[in-house]
Amino acid sequence: MERLLTIIFVYILVENFVLHRFFGICPFLGVSRKMETAIGMSMAVVFVMTMATLVTWLLYSFVLVPYNLEYLQIVTFILVIASLVQLVETTLRKISPTLYQGLGIFLPLITTNCAIMAVALLAVREEFTFVEAVVFGLAASIGFSLALVIMAGIRERLELAEIPDVLQGPAVTLITAGILSLAFLGFGGMFTL
Amino acid sequence: MKAGNVYLQDLSRGIINENPVFRLLLGMCPVLGVTAFFINGLGMGIAATAVLIASNVVISALKNYIPSQVRIPCFIVVIATFVTIIEMVLQAFQPDLYEALGVFVPLIVVNCVILGRAEAFASKKPLLRSLVDGIAVGIGFTLALGILALVREVFGQGTILGPDPDSAIQLFGAGFEPMGLFGQPAGAFIALGLLLGVVNIIFKKFNIK
Repeated sequence: MERLLTIIFVYILVENFVLHRFFGICPFLGVSRKMETAIGMSMAVVFVMTMATLVTWLLYSFVLVPYNLEYLQIVTFILVIASLVQLVETTLRKISPTLYQGLGIFLPLITTNCAIMAVALLAVREEFTFVEAVVFGLAASIGFSLALVIMAGIRERLELAEIPDVLQGPAVTLITAGILSLAFLGFGGMFTL
Repeated sequence: MKAGNVYLQDLSRGIINENPVFRLLLGMCPVLGVTAFFINGLGMGIAATAVLIASNVVISALKNYIPSQVRIPCFIVVIATFVTIIEMVLQAFQPDLYEALGVFVPLIVVNCVILGRAEAFASKKPLLRSLVDGIAVGIGFTLALGILALVREVFGQGTILGPDPDSAIQLFGAGFEPMGLFGQPAGAFIALGLLLGVVNIIFKKFNIK
């Protein structure tokens, strides 16, 4: 239990997937302009990431390892993630068309969200047990959402700020992300695995 | 227009006008993640370029046989195959680099630059142009990684060609205090943000669109 709690806090605060490990930067920069899309994206990522970790861990441990097929890891994982994303896309189009419209191009792009692939790969590399792997997936996705939502909040205010001409757009967003990352650096060493 | 011009245009577009990192902001994760040292940045760039060229060529060659409804999964399988090959090659011949890049090597498979080029270019254009496009975009990507890594290593560590102490060259005297920030994740964001600003100034000055 203690270890599970440590995993949760480490991957939400200390080794935040976006601000410390640099996974999932594209959606982080792409959909953080408005709070509404940021929250929608976060929910999609939490679901896909947790499910992806669960499925890939089972596949790896019970299919790939027993048959000595570890070299198929990359191909298998990416196919699992792509089908999961398809599932979420179809569901969302039925349940909430407005959210579906708002997420636009970024929903199919979850497939190439490296945060999700990274969770699946790291869960295997860190040799987590099944429960640990699922908790790890959940924690990493919550960490991703936290960074995304904070960033969206900052960027909504940033629109009113006067920014030097050449730094407008992505440049100032990256610098803001850097300062945010600096703030998260303060959590360093608070929890260790 | 002569045939050679098209290739030249593809080349300059991939490297400068539509530089994947500085102009399109694609494939940012490895750009930020592995650029604490110049060698790692360069190695990552070359590995991604190799995958990009190979996948561009294969996808362009197969474009008439891939049904358009299932093209994305097909592209991904092609890319994943080449990433697996590169991973094995690196593991066998460059174990130090493989260790340093860590999980970012298999993550080349989800690099949006590669899938983006497959979808936007290789699946529509002839083979030779796709090859040139792969080389151009690859050079553009490697260039961006190299520049950022150079800036971060020089300011953050005060060396070039680290982290291996045998090859590392100390740039400054003993009194130099490295700016630790540039070695940290936060420094990566800030350095890239400022670099984008510099690139914007240069583009404006030379009127490049």
